[in-house]
Amino acid sequence: MAGTSIMETLFQRDLDDLIKGIRQQQIKESLFISKAIEEIRREIKSTDLPTKSAALQKLSYLSSLHGADMSFAAFHAVEVMSSPQFFYKKIGYHAVTQSFNDDTPVILLITNQLRKDLNSSNQFEVSLALECLSRIGNVDLARDLTPEVFTLLSSSKVFIKKKAIAVVLRVFEKYPDAVRVCFKRLVENLESSEPVILSAVVGVFCELCLKDPRSYLPLAPEFYKILVDSKNNWLLIKVLKIFAKLATLEPRLAKRVVEPICELMRRTEAKSLLFECIRTVLSSLSEYESAVKLAVVKVREFLVDDDPNLKYLGLQALSIIAPKHLWAVLENKDFVIKSLSDGDYNIKLESLRLLMSMVSESNVAEISRVLINYALKSDPEFCNQILGSILSTCCRNLYEVIVDFDWYASLLGEMVRIPHCQKGEEIEHQIIDIAMRVKDVRPALVHVCRNLLIDPALLGNPFLHRILSAAAWVSGEYVEFSRNPFELMEALLQPRTNLLLPSIRAVYVQSVFKVLIFCAHSYLLHKENISSVNTDNLASEVPESVFARMSCENSDFATSEAPASSEQHDSFNPRNINQSFGDLSIENGGDATVSNGQASTSASLGRNSFTHESIVNLFNIVELALGPLSRSHDVEIQERARNVLGFTDLIEQEILNPVVQGEENLARAETEASRVVKLMCDAFSEELGPVSTSAQDRVPVPDGLLLKENLADLETICGDIQLPLSSSFSLSSTPLGEAVDISRTNLQSKDETEPSHESTSLLAEHRKRHGLYYLASEKSEGASNDYPPANDPMSQDKLNDDAEDLLKLTEQSLAPKKKPNQAKPRPVVLKLDGDEISIAAKKPELKGDLLSGVVQDVLLGNDGVPSSSRSNRSENLSGKSKGKEKLSTDLSLETKENVPGEKMPDHVNTSSRRSKHRSHGKERRQKGQGKDGEEKEDNGQKEKRKSNHHRGKHKAHQRADEPLNVVAQTPVIPDFLL
Amino acid sequence: MIHFVLLISRQGKVRLTKWYSPYTQKERSKVIRELSGVILTRGPKLCNFVEWRGYKVVYKRYASLYFCMCVDQEDNELEILEIIHHYVEILDRYFGSVCELDLIFNFHKAYYILDEILIAGELQESSKKTVARLIAAQDSLVETAKEQASSISNIIAQATK
Repeated sequence: MAGTSIMETLFQRDLDDLIKGIRQQQIKESLFISKAIEEIRREIKSTDLPTKSAALQKLSYLSSLHGADMSFAAFHAVEVMSSPQFFYKKIGYHAVTQSFNDDTPVILLITNQLRKDLNSSNQFEVSLALECLSRIGNVDLARDLTPEVFTLLSSSKVFIKKKAIAVVLRVFEKYPDAVRVCFKRLVENLESSEPVILSAVVGVFCELCLKDPRSYLPLAPEFYKILVDSKNNWLLIKVLKIFAKLATLEPRLAKRVVEPICELMRRTEAKSLLFECIRTVLSSLSEYESAVKLAVVKVREFLVDDDPNLKYLGLQALSIIAPKHLWAVLENKDFVIKSLSDGDYNIKLESLRLLMSMVSESNVAEISRVLINYALKSDPEFCNQILGSILSTCCRNLYEVIVDFDWYASLLGEMVRIPHCQKGEEIEHQIIDIAMRVKDVRPALVHVCRNLLIDPALLGNPFLHRILSAAAWVSGEYVEFSRNPFELMEALLQPRTNLLLPSIRAVYVQSVFKVLIFCAHSYLLHKENISSVNTDNLASEVPESVFARMSCENSDFATSEAPASSEQHDSFNPRNINQSFGDLSIENGGDATVSNGQASTSASLGRNSFTHESIVNLFNIVELALGPLSRSHDVEIQERARNVLGFTDLIEQEILNPVVQGEENLARAETEASRVVKLMCDAFSEELGPVSTSAQDRVPVPDGLLLKENLADLETICGDIQLPLSSSFSLSSTPLGEAVDISRTNLQSKDETEPSHESTSLLAEHRKRHGLYYLASEKSEGASNDYPPANDPMSQDKLNDDAEDLLKLTEQSLAPKKKPNQAKPRPVVLKLDGDEISIAAKKPELKGDLLSGVVQDVLLGNDGVPSSSRSNRSENLSGKSKGKEKLSTDLSLETKENVPGEKMPDHVNTSSRRSKHRSHGKERRQKGQGKDGEEKEDNGQKEKRKSNHHRGKHKAHQRADEPLNVVAQTPVIPDFLL
Repeated sequence: MIHFVLLISRQGKVRLTKWYSPYTQKERSKVIRELSGVILTRGPKLCNFVEWRGYKVVYKRYASLYFCMCVDQEDNELEILEIIHHYVEILDRYFGSVCELDLIFNFHKAYYILDEILIAGELQESSKKTVARLIAAQDSLVETAKEQASSISNIIAQATK
């Protein structure tokens, strides 16, 4: 045994050998490493410490640079770490620090070792332990070692003290109750004369502030002193960061710091500090005009600098200020646009963002034009970046910047033709979205879509297929706006469509069906008109399709007062409505023609071309193209193709061979065919609209519905369904199928239902639990339930508003060139309450966490009971078993999110009220926490603190006596700062 | 705070990694792969900042080595550049005009120096002199320990145990 030990010691490869070995074995590096690890596995088991530590050192090297797994050596690392000799200890600590995480089982073993080293007389050993704790400290370690860290916070050695301070951050994060113990000592160090210590403390507060600034407002005077007195740039940067957070919370503080910061900005030579000043002013002190002006001047210096770093940061600074002071961006517009052609991708990106922030109604067309031209010239990645930002800017808040939707439709069409365009999904969504929301844009959009469909080249680019799918859908759905349906049909059936994915091809086939029916219907009407000029009932049958559409909308209005369920029901069975209204229309058709006069023009344009030959031709084309598809492997295509072919079979003979048949026969057949065509036409003319995500809310739970059954199965079902559920516009890709599906499921659910009273409560519970998947329904049930259709009559008011808006806009317009063509009123954009919610949902929420709760307790003298009881619980749990440990931390995390969250909004209030009662309790607690010999120290500390808080407390007394706490913000904090 | 420090050679070899935030071994490898792909391909005379997964990576090239630090969005990029430079200067002083080979063969030394400059992802010592002094003190401590351990008498004592 002894012999092998010597041999191992003498002939073991050390780290240097390993490194050399790796460098020589260029070819089979991985092989060499795995061999080395085998060796290490053997050596690390040695009882000889030098051998073991050398093996560990090699392993930590391999793990760090070559990603080798070193979890197997965890225990050995602990062994080496506990060596009394510094050399080995250091290797051990290094390995532990590098490889341990919360899941490492042996982490529990190092608590005592860390404690021993933290108490060591050798400052370097203490430093090793502190560093280790700062990196791997978990809840248990943080809790168990808090007393040691607390002691070190007042160490006489600067070297130790600064590290202890840095470690406190990690300890607080993991074990918030440590704040009660350590916080005061930490605060004291803010007055330290040692710059290193000061820098460490400020660093800690800077990190704490970023998470929850409000808790640290009472420390503002200390920070202010540093801001004014310090000459250390490292320190000043951190303090500025703190003030950037605090100033937004307390306007009086902002007023106080703005002058020193400006002074700093004028004086400093260091760019890093200057930039921090600029950022602080632009982000948090933007109400102070002079400061902002000064900052913008400095930003300009950055922009014109040759250093790309400064240029980048200058642009970033501008994008901070853009929302509040757009003039700053406009002033530097030239630089921004010039940066668009910079060689650096990051700078280009930044300037693109800035450019988009300048977009308004008046200049959106101009900026988009510049950018599209730019996109044509740039590399694919940036090109798509440009397109993406144009798309996202334009659709913001329901296309609020778009006035001229016809222009926007053509812009979308243009984007598709940019060679690098890969934004298929986004463009697809927007085409369908604006088609459904904005009625006035449909003719233009159909024209754009026709141009896309007709171009065979586009079919070759798989990135554009989704757009083509949207184009096909729009052309089919709004075929009545098409100038030439025959041409459209040819485009939809062109041979290259076999390049499309089956799902998209299915959309094409469906559109073919719609176009076909439209053509057949128009043809029949045309014929009928010719034959029935004498019979004088022209009026009753004029463009039925358009009329049906109108009648649907009428029906929407008619039923809007009816219960929501019936509306839902109706809309799923369009045929019913149309039937009934169709009947009506025949009765008083005379009026209808008048109202439809405008719409019928587009149809009448085409009607001339609906000759017999053209229809025959059309049917032939369809049959020829779809014939093969009826045997497609894709069920969706197959089914739809068969539908179309079935339809053609049904009416073909009757429509197409009139010559052969006799007069009477003809008449009968015609009516038969026209009945079928009309029926289909009615089915398709039902308006499809966007569905609000909260639409489900409006369906009252039917009496007989039992939701309790089979809830367990729901999980597996939901797993599959979730995706389609989440998109509110799933209608778009399979318009008809979806509607049918819904009605079917409706029926089914009705069949299966049984009486239950618990359903609503269950639903509520489910919602509570899975609230994530629902949008909050902000509107009360009393609010109007139906979403306005596109041609809402209330738009009258809306138009007036728009005109006013426009007036304002043109007055304020920031763009140098005003567009004259804006006299055209903005079309109505259909809105859903779901949309409004998504816009309004940006409200900032006050979020507190456990840490801030404790800090507030300590700073403001709140009662500490809830938090400590919480931690007790987690302590108990974590003691039980390792497996549960994780759980307990989660638990405590959860609880911490709940409690202070509720407390937050009125915490200042309560603290002011409480401060009277607590003032004694606070002293008691201060005594209680200082243990044993530290009592004296604590007393001294208390003195200091008291003097700090004296005025505050006094004031709080007075306030508490007042009956009303009107100004909740003021009681405690401001007295510290002013 | 600084989430991690990476030293990558121009050829994409990793020379030093230090993680101040928890990352698993798998994530570490992925991060290194991703970032070296981004950073090494950036040409000269471009800015030294890269946006990455909601963080910012500040990097600077010294000779054949890229020093990278990943920081939060709020952090000051120029300050981080200064920290990198600070580290390089201290390395330079310690090794006497440092080169990549120094760092390759004195892997642990580079770590220990970094540990004296940063702690918990924050700068702890801005004085180069102090760092140099501390490192020298620790080195001598290590040397004495090493001498003790490797003296012949010690080996014989162990062997005959």
